[in-house]
Amino acid sequence: MELTRMTAAELIAALASSEVSATEVTQAHLDRIAAVDDRVHAFLHIAADSALAQAAAVDQRRSTGEPLGSLAGVPVAVKDVFTTVGLPTTCGSRILADWHPPYDATITQRLKQAGAIIIGKTNMDEFAMGSSTENSAFGPSHNPWDLAKIPGGSSGGSAAAVAAYEAPLAIGTDTGGSIRQPAAVCGIVGTKPTYGGSSRYGVVAFASSLDTPGPFGRTVLDAALLHEAISGYDPMDSTSIDAPVPPVVAAARQADVSGLRIGVVTDLSGDGYQPGVLTRFAEAVELLESLGAKVTEVSCPHFKYALPAYYLIAPSEASSNLARFDAMRYGLRVGDDGRRDAEEVMALTREAGFGAEVKRRIILGAYALSSGYYDAYYGKAQQVRTLIIRDFDAAFGQVDVLVSPSTPTTAFGIGERADNPMAMYLADLCTIPSDLAGNAAISVPCGLAADDGLPVGLQVMAPALADDRLYRVAAAVEAALAGRWGQPLLSQAKGLES
Amino acid sequence: MPITRDEVAHLARLSRIALSDAELDHLAPQLDQIITAVAQVQEVTAEGIPPTSHATGLTNVFRDDEPRPCLTPGQALSQAPAVEQQRFKVPRILGED
Repeated sequence: MELTRMTAAELIAALASSEVSATEVTQAHLDRIAAVDDRVHAFLHIAADSALAQAAAVDQRRSTGEPLGSLAGVPVAVKDVFTTVGLPTTCGSRILADWHPPYDATITQRLKQAGAIIIGKTNMDEFAMGSSTENSAFGPSHNPWDLAKIPGGSSGGSAAAVAAYEAPLAIGTDTGGSIRQPAAVCGIVGTKPTYGGSSRYGVVAFASSLDTPGPFGRTVLDAALLHEAISGYDPMDSTSIDAPVPPVVAAARQADVSGLRIGVVTDLSGDGYQPGVLTRFAEAVELLESLGAKVTEVSCPHFKYALPAYYLIAPSEASSNLARFDAMRYGLRVGDDGRRDAEEVMALTREAGFGAEVKRRIILGAYALSSGYYDAYYGKAQQVRTLIIRDFDAAFGQVDVLVSPSTPTTAFGIGERADNPMAMYLADLCTIPSDLAGNAAISVPCGLAADDGLPVGLQVMAPALADDRLYRVAAAVEAALAGRWGQPLLSQAKGLES
Repeated sequence: MPITRDEVAHLARLSRIALSDAELDHLAPQLDQIITAVAQVQEVTAEGIPPTSHATGLTNVFRDDEPRPCLTPGQALSQAPAVEQQRFKVPRILGED
């Protein structure tokens, strides 16, 4: 079997039995990247030398019988928002275009400890602000289903890399949907773990109360394997939760929903949702019922205010977090001619270094936090956040998990919403509530929309620290649909075949 | 109209972004549209509802104060735009007079 078509679980087994070496697996993926990434543009940096060195080290350890981590020899693509010693970290921004961070993110360290091969850094919307990768300073990534479509965002490079078989696994971050939305539109699996379940140390901050690292995979089990490898308490992150990692891998293998209480969120459907998406979602719900789940409808009346609350909270945090890009200690410096003072240099640097969406959000955040507007905007949004958490609490009093479509539409065209911020923001309509509440959610493919033939994602949401329930439900859906389709959904992606 | 072009220019100055006139012309109406949309939160009755700044409920998180290895001066300065005498070299921060 072609190495790049194998799942991470299959690669782990083949590597463990020495059927293949880590070097062969890594080289196969580097070859695939060389063959297709000029069309997909999933990667900002390809780490060929360091990846092959890591792979050789894994092969060496295996040959001498030394202990190996859970992902030993498996390539992983890492979103370019995680700091990596020896590799650039740009966040898709001109302001960090030449930055080589002096330390590794906790997630980077954990990947290395697990023996994963960091094969490259993936494209993203600048500072993780966007739903399409069109806000990257280095050009958009392309959806492997149709290269004229967006791969989602902000972790669109990571999703596209996995969907294009350039890596079996990838890491992203989810602040308003930036893992689940690209997973949905690329026809793969993506998880936003419980906030505080995966470390933010070394993740360049966008909105600190929301940013959550998480996994992408082509199968539910693969996502679970990566989820488990990167998760757990980190004393370097003051919002890290000191609790055991939920048993996500066991849950993905269990794949059983009999007796599980599932709530359909009625507020996440209707106007603005593509008919082809709603049809596949309704079928997925019927499928879950046929597998023995008890399905009821649940209303979360404040979810309709989640999008406006998010676009006050996230930009407010961003306007504060991005103040660190001051042209003094690292990153771009523009206009330092010996005559201008520090403030002028700062303003010229930020003007040249930030793209339009980042500027919009910094200014929006500054507005929402201004004295005189604070109570009406940021303060009110924080109260709405409480009401959304209460909606979830009430719902999880009645059901074990909630379900909705992952996105209101399938992948839209590159350029279609690029200069229409409000239209772009709607892509995260279904994913934002879980970010505001800090609970766990996954997107799993549930078919192709009849209206355009593009992938549709089913979102499953679970209470904080009950991430294992996501995998139980997603794995059950995946297994039942694979039986129905006779092949993985992704085998129908034809964007790279012409 | 919740936000004017002049207000956007003022916020950009506060945010240390030297926006061009063309950008201001483009951004101001977009921000006006966004603020009109997010102002929907004001419809919600939230009398007596406490604000949530983050969802974990953790407070006052400290690490033990233990010495441990850290970046060397060379590493810390390695990404600086300008360095002099093992320090970050920055443009002047005070006026000429």
